[in-house]
Amino acid sequence: MSTSISVPTSRDPGDAGVAPAPRTLRKRRSPSTERRNPLVGLGAWVVGLFFASPVLWMVLTSFHSETDAATNPPSVAAGLTLDGYRTFFGATSGANPWPPLINSLTASLVSTALVILLALPAAYALSIKPVRKWTDVLFFLLSTKMLPIVAGLLPLYLFALNTGSLDQIWVLIVLYTSMNLPIAVWMMRSFLAEVPVEMLEAAALDGAGLVTTLRRVVAPVAMPGIAATALICFIFSWNELLLAQTLTGVVAGTAPVFLTSFVTSQGLFLAQVCAAATVISLPVLAAGFAAQDKLVQGLSLGAVK
Amino acid sequence: MTVGSAVRASQPPSTPAPPAPVQKAEARARATNRKRRLPLLPALVFVIVVTQLPFVATLVISFMEWNALYPDRRGFAGFANYVEVFSDARLRSSVFTTVLLTATVVVVSLVLGLGLALLLDRPFRGRALVRTMLIAPFLVVPVAAALLWKHALLNPSYGLVNGTLNWVWGLFGSNDPPQVVWLTQFPLLSVEASLIWQWTPFMMLILLAGLQSRPLDVVEAARMDGATSWQIFRFITFPHLRRYLELGGLLGSIYVVQNFDAVFTLTSGALGTANVPYSIYQTFFNARDYGLASATGVVAVVGTIVIATFALRVVSSLFQEENR
Repeated sequence: MSTSISVPTSRDPGDAGVAPAPRTLRKRRSPSTERRNPLVGLGAWVVGLFFASPVLWMVLTSFHSETDAATNPPSVAAGLTLDGYRTFFGATSGANPWPPLINSLTASLVSTALVILLALPAAYALSIKPVRKWTDVLFFLLSTKMLPIVAGLLPLYLFALNTGSLDQIWVLIVLYTSMNLPIAVWMMRSFLAEVPVEMLEAAALDGAGLVTTLRRVVAPVAMPGIAATALICFIFSWNELLLAQTLTGVVAGTAPVFLTSFVTSQGLFLAQVCAAATVISLPVLAAGFAAQDKLVQGLSLGAVK
Repeated sequence: MTVGSAVRASQPPSTPAPPAPVQKAEARARATNRKRRLPLLPALVFVIVVTQLPFVATLVISFMEWNALYPDRRGFAGFANYVEVFSDARLRSSVFTTVLLTATVVVVSLVLGLGLALLLDRPFRGRALVRTMLIAPFLVVPVAAALLWKHALLNPSYGLVNGTLNWVWGLFGSNDPPQVVWLTQFPLLSVEASLIWQWTPFMMLILLAGLQSRPLDVVEAARMDGATSWQIFRFITFPHLRRYLELGGLLGSIYVVQNFDAVFTLTSGALGTANVPYSIYQTFFNARDYGLASATGVVAVVGTIVIATFALRVVSSLFQEENR
């Protein structure tokens, strides 16, 4: 038997707030209490590879020539080439993927920066120095996330049309900011709430001002969470299709809009499609793997740690 | 900061006039609250203006006769658009498709996600790598994932699925393997499969977090008392996971109900795969019937509120539990 630390997390659903367990002790249990079973490992590897196989196939096919990509049965061991990527970046077709990629990058980065700028003070006012009825505010924000975007699409389109802002990237920036703001406030509130009250009280006793408290006490604890929030907001903006498809066209089209040009088959183009899907998914895969440890907490709006 | 303050905040204010010192204290509290509210306002105003105003406009347009193709016939329509929403066979079938699609994707992803989470909760070599591989499907851009399924996996002549069937049959010396035209023969199933593939990792992550927050001492005690693995799962793990299953199911529903990318890319809403978001998009973008599109949108919002009420309740109960 290994050292089993007794963790006081056995709270009944009903007694929330009656006997609050110290959060600092909520640690992952050590897995070594269970016996290792080689079959479990084998099974997990098989299932893991099965789930990852479409992604692996996408990457592999992107390095195949178009003729090798379109064989049946599939040619797994065919020679590798960069032709798919050359075609995607416009060597032969003339379609230039850089403007949409730059549009996506602009929309995602700027909207993420705006989200953090607006959400951080809001999260502060909902956790460290909470306003009255702060839970009501949180749940209002969450409820806006549940309304289907498509139901507000037409007024947004008409507004953009009548103000001459159709096909302009800043419209997407504003909309992506509002789309991600409720999620970001929820996430950051949960990260800021992890700052121990005792530390804040100690800082106040020592006469630390707001800026010092934020920089020396709050930031070190909350920084990884803020970074994870930014990465998740970036992913959601980068992935968005419906708004971009409706509100942009020629100039401000984003990467997902560019991808929709591959919806209908165009002869031998599988390697090119896979190259396009790989390039455009790469930032999301990178951001997601970087935020892996905080991904659950973020996606569950801080409800799960 | 405590649950107590949240509960107090939701109670109605006391009615009798308090004595002077209490009044002074209350005035001070109100002043503090006003000061504390300042950092909240920019975000709140931004969200209200950008997300709530369009819905008000949608509500107004839903009562209008307004088709961009017939601009001179614009006017008040009363409930005509709503009557059309409920009598139009295409829209009704899109509601049915949405329910079927969402339920199938969420339930199957939850079951698969539970299996994967139970597997990943056990120790084995390379667990971190397998976890990373399992997250990968969730981190492919949705349009890219849909294109991958449409062209690289489900293409009838050179897709990976038919290719693998051909290869396996070939191993046994058969040259008559089943070659399925997936997107035509099983359009809805194809859309569901691609979405299940993307959402299973999400469910797995939430359920794995749930498993790892299980009270270790209780499991340990049960094992000491001679409980079998099945009994531990049935009477300790599963009741503990129930809230995480609810949370995963409801968050998944919120996203899958709104799905547009997969339907748009894989089938373009053909062959009975058009869900409500796609139908609204079509009514608005192709038919240019703004009134009808808005009325459908309003009906979708009302339907979503039903799910959202449940979702908010579950998140709220988890929230109360997590917050001291």
